[in-house]
Parts: sequence; C-alpha cells; structure tokens
Amino acid sequence: MVPLGYYIGLSAILFTIGVVGVLTLRNAIVIFMSVELMLNSVNLALIAFSAYSGNPAGQILVFFSIAVAAAESAVGLAIIIALFRNKLTVNIDEVNVLKW
Amino acid sequence: MNLELIVFLILAAAANVSAVLMITRKNPVTSALYLVFNFFIIAILYLFLRAQFIAVIQITVYAGAIMVLFLFVIMLLNLGEDKLLKWKLNSTRTIASILGLVLLAEIAYYVMNFTSNSGLSPQSESMGTVESIGKVLYASYLFPFEITSILLLAAVVGAIFLAKRKLEQ
Repeated sequence: MVPLGYYIGLSAILFTIGVVGVLTLRNAIVIFMSVELMLNSVNLALIAFSAYSGNPAGQILVFFSIAVAAAESAVGLAIIIALFRNKLTVNIDEVNVLKW
Repeated sequence: MNLELIVFLILAAAANVSAVLMITRKNPVTSALYLVFNFFIIAILYLFLRAQFIAVIQITVYAGAIMVLFLFVIMLLNLGEDKLLKWKLNSTRTIASILGLVLLAEIAYYVMNFTSNSGLSPQSESMGTVESIGKVLYASYLFPFEITSILLLAAVVGAIFLAKRKLEQ
C-alpha cells in the first residue's frame, strides 16, 4: 500500500521541475513541454485524491483537464509557428518587443 | 516494505529523472521523447490508483496526440545545429533555480501534514472503469462535457487561423 503523501510528494516534485524549466529554459517549445509536465503533475494529484477519497469527481476533472490541455497545446503550438514565421527564432530572449 | 511500494518508488524515481533530463537536454526532440517516457510512467501510476480509463486517455491523448503535435512542430521549424539553444547558467537562471527549490520546500511543508495512512477507498476499485466514468460523465457532468466540444471547435479554428500563412505574403 502506498500512502497518499507519496503521490502528492511526487506530484509536487514534478511540478517544481516544470516551474524551474519554465523559468530557466529559452526554447519556447521546451518551455511549452514544461507547462505540459506541470499540468500532468496536477492531474496525478487529482487522481490520487479521487482514489483515496472514493469520489469520482476528481477523475472527471482530469478528463476535462486533458481536453483543455489538448486545445491549449494546439493553439500554443500555432502561436509558436506564427512567432517563428515573424522572428525566425524560438528563443524567447530575442522576443522582447513588449519589454519595458 | 511491500512490493507495490517498491514498484512505486522505482516509477517515481524514473519519472523524476526523465523530467530533469527533459529540461536539461539541448535538442528539443530528445526533450520531447523524455516527456513521452514521463507520460507513460504517469499512466502506469494511474493504473496503480485504479483509474484505468484515465490511464488509457493519458496514453492516447497525451503521449499520442499532443506529443506527436509537438514533434511535428519541431520538425516543421527544422532548427539547425546552430539554432539549438544551449542551457547556460547565468544570474537569472540561478535565481530561478533557487526560487524553484523554495517552492518545493513550501509544498513539502504542507505535504508533510498528510499523516493519514488509510489505503485506497473501497469505492475506488470500480470507480475508474469506462462504465462508471461514463455514468457520472453523462449524468452529473453532461453540460460541461458538451461545452468541451465548443472549446475544441474554438481551438481548431484558432490554431488554423494562427498557423496559416497570410494571403498577401
């Protein structure tokens, strides 16, 4: 039997790795992958809480979360393609038009 | 220490190692493949938690559809060897890594408070099957489920509009 805290701890570590990836990386595509990693870690926590409390609402929420993630990645990758077409780079350090 | 806990710890270690490798690789294709590996491990953990339907959805939608989209975009942009962005340590990234550790410490502080040692709920044995998920989804959550179709339609239209070439170019 695995205690609930182990799943939440694994979810926390994966979320932190995703946050560090978003903050440190420069390639927009890999930053986007880090966001997907963070979404996944939260899904894992939801499923763990759902299984340990016996409430199916957590699994339904993960189902909707995966649907939203699919829509989000389609639009996000389209934005990256549009960015690459205009700037010829995916390095976010070079995309600083809105920088004050 | 029972077998399930040992297998869980091995899977958790593999998930963390693949996630760290994902954010430290130079080539985005390698990063994407490590992320697919990570998604498969999370799908196995869903099976541990008796969520069979979500595990299958995870593999087909995440590891299948979304990651193929990522690889397709990487191929489409065709980043050459000189365009690969090397991970360099500078002051911003050092601060970001320290802030990441602070975040982990904050979350760990609250995770420590999970002292309940109860196992999986008895209802969870039959909760994750397609039949029971479908019963809940089409009874209590029918309206959000239908709204999802509008969201996906908007995403399709938005993605095509953003990615297509302008006519005047």
